[in-house]
Amino acid sequence: MRAIDTALLERHGLKPDEYERIVAALEREPTLTELGIFSVMWSEHCSYKSSRVHLRKLPTTGPRVLQGPGENAGAVDIGDGLAAVFKIESHNHPSFIEPYQGAATGVGGIIRDIFTMGARPIALMNSLRFGSLDGRDGARTRRTVEGVVAGIAGYGNSIGIPTVGGEIAFDDSYAANPLVNVFCLGIAKADALVKGSAAGSGNPVYYVGAKTGRDGIHGATMASAEFDDRSAEKRPAVQVGDPFMEKLLLEACLELMRTDALVGVQDMGAAGLTCSTSEMGSRGGSGIEIDVSRVPQRETGMTAYEIMLSESQERMLLVVKQGREAEVEAIFEKWDLHAANIGDVMTDGVLRVKDQGVVVAEIPNRALVDAAPVYDRPTARPAYLDRVATFDESVLTATPAAQDAWLSLLASPTVASKRWVYRQYDHMVRTNTLVLAGMGAGVVRVKGTNRALAMSTDGNGRYTYLHPRRGAMLALAEAARNVACAGALPIGATNCLNFGNPERPEIMWQFVEAVEGLADACRALDIPITGGNVSLYNETDGQAIYPTPIIGVVGVIDDASTTLSRTFKQVGDDIVVLGENFGELGASEYLKTMCGLVQGSPPALDLGKERALIAFLVRAAAERLLQSAHDCSDGGLAVTLAECAFDTGGLGFEVDVAGIGGAAGVSKALFGESASRAVVSVKPEALPRMMNLARALGVPAAKVGRSGGSRIAISVDGSIAIDCSVAEAEETWTNALGRYFAGRAA
Amino acid sequence: MKFAVVVFPGSNCDHDAYHAAKHVLGQEAEFVWHKETSLGGADVVILPGGFSHGDYLRTGAIARFSPVMAAVTEFARQGGPVIGICNGFQILLEAGLLPGAMLRNRDLKFHCEHVRVRVEQTNTPFTGRARAGQILSLPIAHGEGNYFADPDTIATLETSGRVVFRYCDASGAPTDAANPNGAMHNIAGICNEARNVVGLMPHPERACESVLGSADGLVLFESVVAAAGELAGHGAARTAAY
Repeated sequence: MRAIDTALLERHGLKPDEYERIVAALEREPTLTELGIFSVMWSEHCSYKSSRVHLRKLPTTGPRVLQGPGENAGAVDIGDGLAAVFKIESHNHPSFIEPYQGAATGVGGIIRDIFTMGARPIALMNSLRFGSLDGRDGARTRRTVEGVVAGIAGYGNSIGIPTVGGEIAFDDSYAANPLVNVFCLGIAKADALVKGSAAGSGNPVYYVGAKTGRDGIHGATMASAEFDDRSAEKRPAVQVGDPFMEKLLLEACLELMRTDALVGVQDMGAAGLTCSTSEMGSRGGSGIEIDVSRVPQRETGMTAYEIMLSESQERMLLVVKQGREAEVEAIFEKWDLHAANIGDVMTDGVLRVKDQGVVVAEIPNRALVDAAPVYDRPTARPAYLDRVATFDESVLTATPAAQDAWLSLLASPTVASKRWVYRQYDHMVRTNTLVLAGMGAGVVRVKGTNRALAMSTDGNGRYTYLHPRRGAMLALAEAARNVACAGALPIGATNCLNFGNPERPEIMWQFVEAVEGLADACRALDIPITGGNVSLYNETDGQAIYPTPIIGVVGVIDDASTTLSRTFKQVGDDIVVLGENFGELGASEYLKTMCGLVQGSPPALDLGKERALIAFLVRAAAERLLQSAHDCSDGGLAVTLAECAFDTGGLGFEVDVAGIGGAAGVSKALFGESASRAVVSVKPEALPRMMNLARALGVPAAKVGRSGGSRIAISVDGSIAIDCSVAEAEETWTNALGRYFAGRAA
Repeated sequence: MKFAVVVFPGSNCDHDAYHAAKHVLGQEAEFVWHKETSLGGADVVILPGGFSHGDYLRTGAIARFSPVMAAVTEFARQGGPVIGICNGFQILLEAGLLPGAMLRNRDLKFHCEHVRVRVEQTNTPFTGRARAGQILSLPIAHGEGNYFADPDTIATLETSGRVVFRYCDASGAPTDAANPNGAMHNIAGICNEARNVVGLMPHPERACESVLGSADGLVLFESVVAAAGELAGHGAARTAAY
């Protein structure tokens, strides 16, 4: 074995002082295998060393929280003795290298996190960010989009979990660093959540699933005397997903969990066998001893180092009760899976790895976990913020007429219908989907109960770039508002924090501001964070992405028959705008699309008003006062209203909205993105009750018009600003995205 | 009335078919694992959708070798009603219980959406309660639903009235625009010569409750409950054979 020198440490991504820490914790020099184990467990990805001190600021408890951060996924009580188990995770970097497999294995990973908790996964969502579809990097971006979408479809469709929604935005900021954040939700018995801990001395440790190969051993940790340049070339940087294998694992694990033979289980995601063995031992206050020669292997001649660090997909680690081995093995045999006994639980609190009986690593849990570095990295307010804080309003005078601008916005990829995408996702399998993809928040019923669950993932990187703290708050507010628009009470959230290099104080400042903003918003809206993921180092050539916190919010609808979607339902319903319009065009989609500017301050957020709006929507839906509800966000009121008319079979409307004084008042009224707003439609006979409820809850509500006809007619202060057939506008909106891919095969 | 829902490794619409039969129709339903050799006295067999064996090699190509398929084939030979939905249809093709094959959708993309199909034939156990020419709104969810057969087979299917469902527009016309996958003659579903084995790409089991967007699929289940009831009444000897 080669000596441990600076170059070797560098290739393992370890700093010299971190190495000193390892030596101190072990009270000796590590072996190469041990060095590999430390390097992955102390990586940013596994240890959260840069984010941990700040993540502690997030509220993670509440009366409904059954499981907060720390396990494979969070869980909240949804009534009827059931729990919603959910989490969001990133798979950004792999998806850029190899879009199909990167995205597919991201989906596979998040599904494993959910069924590992003993939950049957019933819904998937995703938040995607790509560069511009045209321009210099357009061709590459289009290929990336096609690959990512096909990968998500390929995995989710095959395993039979509906992809019920999500969102996609396009901006140059993501051209060399797309974001693929995947969310999964499952249902478990509230009293039967399964933990990822190892306990019970002598209990056998089983390995189940795909065989271990050399795939996914991270480039940074590939340094070893045993490797040569040629073997490195054979090693794919991104793992390959096998949804069929995962489907078998899913069914077999859920079947096993219905017995009481299982002690604990963890999937092998990042850092594979290393992470699962050390975390299970650590959580259970025990030790795990395994022999890597008993690990099923796909290739010959693999070293202990490689086996411990492999990130081959679709693998699970289980601890089962001693004496129940035959029963466990029979369940896996039924599913044509082989469960290999690779070791035992010990009482000594040590992770011990043997290779054919010879000890190659022996690390106390406390050395790996307790001694892990935690950094409170320096922060500095980025200088760019002063440059972009305001925009010159004179640009607004040169913009096209309202209707032309509106049609341009409807055709912009971020605003346009995502039908081209979600049509590729099976969003109906399991026959629970109450709100079809593209029609609002994702809503699935919970069979065997009267309830349904609504979910939404949101985040606006442009907002967060221009105002990190408020951007994160607005992300939570929008996701919660979306869920409330479906008629659901938001009860829990999960976050995926996508940022640049935390070693740069400006990035760290963005991160800290965003986390603190998120924490404030969670408290104000009473929505705890039950887990999530941090993705740092999202940079290419020193250029960081927009800081992009993506927030997934889950809500419960007590009576599934009160579920709402975004579309107007019939002729003659009253249309009501909830909330106030301050005409805020800073950071807006309009300013970007029409003026090419990413400047100004994102909309102000009054969390008290947001809370009132959410309370109103939930109650009004429950009392069946509303016909439809749609959140007002990207593109402002005129886009929101139009979306209420799309997918209705051509049902139009006529409204007159209040103007905003001063220059460009019409644009501000139509396209401003003021927060805490929604458009609802109401049967005329229900309008008085609805208005009374709004008044009682302190929510501004203005009746602006009625549904009917086949045209979209929007006036501002009595002057017609937009008059267009639903069909024409809808054609523009529906087909805009697909046109970028027309004639291209997958 | 007892439905058998065959479960292959990788089936993923098995629970949906079971739910429709058991909870929506109120009939008896049982899962039958693909390694079984008996259908457990079922009156109707459903081969559900999904990705049996991961769709590796070819859709349905491996599932046809499952032990249970011998029992399904015998059940079909004796006149028992069998329906293959989506991947189940693909398995019936591979097993030779229905003629033809599936190609990838003509745009090479997976499609999940509601489409319209016209009921072409009502003299099958799964369409007896439908009207000829009735237009159903049913979801599709497949990447390989582009039905293909040689000209003789297509001609035989057409002349013998074995095209059971055809993709159509709102007026019932089988236009190219209404064809989601490029299937020959807009074929969405067919039956065998004896008419008791039906395969279709759309998912009737996903359209049995209006809350899910359509209840048009119910008519297939109601039809077979009626038809199997008659069969059971007249065919005690047949049921005893299982």
